[in-house]
Amino acid sequence: MNPERNPAPRPSPGPRPGLPAWRIGLAVGAVSAPTAWALAASDEIGRWTIALGIASSVPCALLGCYLVLRRMSLLGDAISHAVLPGIAVGFLLSGALIGPAIILGAMAVGMLTALLTQLLSNLGRVPEDASMGVVFTSLFAVGVLVITNAARDVDLDPGCVLYGLIELAAIDSRPVFGLEVPRSFGAMAFALALTIGFVTLLWKELSLVSFDPALATAVGISATVVHYALMAMVAGVTVAAFEAVGSILVVAMLIVPAATAHLLTDRLPRMLLVASAVAVLSAAVGYRLAVLWNTSVAGMMAVVSGGLFASAVVGSPRHGLLGRAWHRLALSLRIAREDVLARLFRAEEESPSRPVASGSARGWASSAAGRLVGAIALRQLRARDFIRADEVDSVALTGPGRDEARELVRSHRLWESYLSTHFDLPPDHLHDPAERIEHFIGPALRAELSAELDRPDADPHGRAIPPEGTGNG
Amino acid sequence: MTTSASLDRTEAEAKAKDGAPDRPAGPPSSPVLDVHDVTVAYHRKPVLWDVDLTIDRPCLAGIVGPNGAGKSTLIKAILGLVPKASGSVRVFGKPVGAQRRLIGYVPQRESVDWDFPVTVLDVVLMGTYGRLGWFRRPGRAERSWSMECLERVGMAHLADRQIGQLSGGQQQRTFLARALAQRAEVYFMDEPMAGVDAATEAAIFALLRDLKTSGKTVFVVHHDLRTVPEYFDYTILLNMRLIAHGPTATTFSPENLRKAYGGRLAILEAAGEAVRARERSE
Repeated sequence: MNPERNPAPRPSPGPRPGLPAWRIGLAVGAVSAPTAWALAASDEIGRWTIALGIASSVPCALLGCYLVLRRMSLLGDAISHAVLPGIAVGFLLSGALIGPAIILGAMAVGMLTALLTQLLSNLGRVPEDASMGVVFTSLFAVGVLVITNAARDVDLDPGCVLYGLIELAAIDSRPVFGLEVPRSFGAMAFALALTIGFVTLLWKELSLVSFDPALATAVGISATVVHYALMAMVAGVTVAAFEAVGSILVVAMLIVPAATAHLLTDRLPRMLLVASAVAVLSAAVGYRLAVLWNTSVAGMMAVVSGGLFASAVVGSPRHGLLGRAWHRLALSLRIAREDVLARLFRAEEESPSRPVASGSARGWASSAAGRLVGAIALRQLRARDFIRADEVDSVALTGPGRDEARELVRSHRLWESYLSTHFDLPPDHLHDPAERIEHFIGPALRAELSAELDRPDADPHGRAIPPEGTGNG
Repeated sequence: MTTSASLDRTEAEAKAKDGAPDRPAGPPSSPVLDVHDVTVAYHRKPVLWDVDLTIDRPCLAGIVGPNGAGKSTLIKAILGLVPKASGSVRVFGKPVGAQRRLIGYVPQRESVDWDFPVTVLDVVLMGTYGRLGWFRRPGRAERSWSMECLERVGMAHLADRQIGQLSGGQQQRTFLARALAQRAEVYFMDEPMAGVDAATEAAIFALLRDLKTSGKTVFVVHHDLRTVPEYFDYTILLNMRLIAHGPTATTFSPENLRKAYGGRLAILEAAGEAVRARERSE
C-alpha cells in the first residue's frame, strides 16, 4: 500500500512464528499477516475496528434497501467492482489512496456503469443482466490493468482493494481532539452522514421511484434523475468503504442486510432500520468471532450477515420457512379435524344409533396428513369438546361438534349441487372437489351458493343438505 | 404558475373538496388533449404510427383495440414515459411537461411490485407527491386528503394494510384512490378493470362517471368490447394506427371494429353483440 499510510510501526507487523503458511500466503500488499497482527492488538483497536465496520456497513445497508427493492442488487455489486478504474485514475492523478479525487473518480465511473448498462440493454439484443456483466467485468479489468501497469512503481496492491485491511485501518490513526481516530473512520463517518442525509432528504422521491417509476416520471419527479443520484451514492459509498474494509464486505453489506430486512418487515422505514441493525450486529459479532477464531475480520463480518439472513429465511414470522411450516401444519390439523367431524356427521345420519369405533375415527383423522397429525387433531377435537369418547372404544359428536359438522356437510353438498348444475359433471366426479373445498367455504359463500341454486334441500346424490346452523344442536 | 398561487389553489381545493373545478392554465379555448402526428418505435419496430387525435371537450373515453395495438403505448407516449420517434402532445394547449399537475395516471396493476413494503395509505399519498414537488414531505393535509380519496373508493378501512395483502380488486381501487389524490383534470388509466371482480368493476365505473360529471376527462384502456357502449361516451379505436375516434354512438360501429380487429371472428361477434345491445337500449 501507499507507504505514507503505514504508521510508524509500533509492534512489528511481520509474520509471527507458528502462523499457518496459508495465512501468510493470503496476506496482501506490503504488510504481511495483518489479521494475526490486529487480532493480538488492544481493546482500543478492537473498538475502533468495530466502529469502522459499522460506519462502513450501515450506509451500504441503507442504500442496499433501495437496490433490493428495485431488484437491482447486482447493479450495486457491478458498480462496486466497476469503480476500480475510477479509483486507479483518481489515485494516479492525486497520488493519494483516499481523498476527494478517488471518490469523485469512482462516482463518475459508477454512473458510467449504470449508463452503459442501460445503453447496452436498450440496443435490444443484449439482455440487461448480460449487459451489466459485460460492463462491470470490462471496467474492472481495465482498472486492474491501470493499477498493475501505470501504477507499477507505486505500492498499490489490487489485493487490498479486494480483501480490504480493516484490521490495519484501525491502527492507522491520527489525533482528533486529543483522541486517536483511524484515518478511514473519518471518511466513513462522513459517508454515513451523507447517506443518512440523502435518504432523509429524498425519502419521498426514492420510495416513489422505487415503487412506481412510471408514475414518478408522469408527475414530474424524474425517475432517471433519482436513479443516477442513487447510483452515484452507491459508487461513492462503496469506494469509501472499499478503502476501509474491502470489496467483499461492501458487496455483502449492499445486499444481505437489505434482503434480511425485506424478509422481516413490510414497512419501508422499518426495513431501513432493520437493515442497519443487521449491519451493526454483523460488524460487532463478526469482529468478536474473528478474534475468537483468529481469522479475517471483514470476511467474518460478511459471514455473520449471511448467518443473520439465513436465520431470517428460517425464522421470519410471515415469510420464513418455520412460519410457513407452522401455517401448513395448522391447515393440515384443521382439515383432519374437519374430516373427522364431517365423517361422524354422515355416520350419524346413516344410522343414528350405531356407535363409531374410535379406530375408524383415527383412520379418518390420519387419512390426509398422517398418523401424528391425525392423533393431534383428535386430541384437539376432544379438548374443544367437539367429540366425546362414548362407552367402550367408540366416539360420538357432541352438540357443538354437530353444529360444526353440519356446516361442513352443508358446504360440501351445496358445492356438489353447484358443480352438478353449472358444469354438468357426472355424479361420481362431484365428491372429490367438494371434499377439498368444503374447508374453505364460509357462511357468506354458503348463503350465496344456496341463493344461486334456489335453496336446494338435497344434493345431486339425493342426500339432504342440512340447514344453516341455528345453534340448537 | 408561481408557488404561492399553487399553494392557494391547493388550500382552496382542500376546502371545496373534490367538487370545485380546478381550471387548468392555458387559453380557455384550447383542447383538452391534442396529439399531433405521434409515432413510437421500440428498437426500430414502429408500434404506433402517425396518431393524430384532438379531444375538445371533457369526456369519458375508451381506448379500444386488439392486443398489441399500442393502447398502453399511446398513453405512455402522451405522458412522455416512452420516447416518441416523432410528433408532439399538448394538454390544454401546453406541452405535457408543463402540465404534469393536471394529469393523473393509473398504470397497469402488474407494473409494480406488490410485495413492496408500503401501506395502502402510503401508496395513495404518492398521488400527492407531484404537487408537492421535489424535497417537500407530505403533511397532515396530504394525509387527510388521501384518506378521503380512500373513502371514495371504499378502502378507508384497509389504509394500514401492506399492499401485498390486498385482493386484485382492492389493489386496483388503491391505484384509483392514488389517481384521485393527484387532483388531476385529465386521467389516463391503463386497464383499470382488468382482472377485478364484478363489484369492483361497478365501483370503478361509478367513479369514472363521477369524474366526468365533475368536468374531468378520463381516458381508459379497455378490453371488454361488450361494455364499451355502456361505459364510454367517446371511443378511440386503435390498431397501430388510429382507426377511428369520436362519440361512441357513431364510432363504435361494426365497420370500424372490423377495421380495427381484422377478421378475428370471436371478437367481432362480441362486438356485434355489444352494438346490438346498444341499439336495443336506444
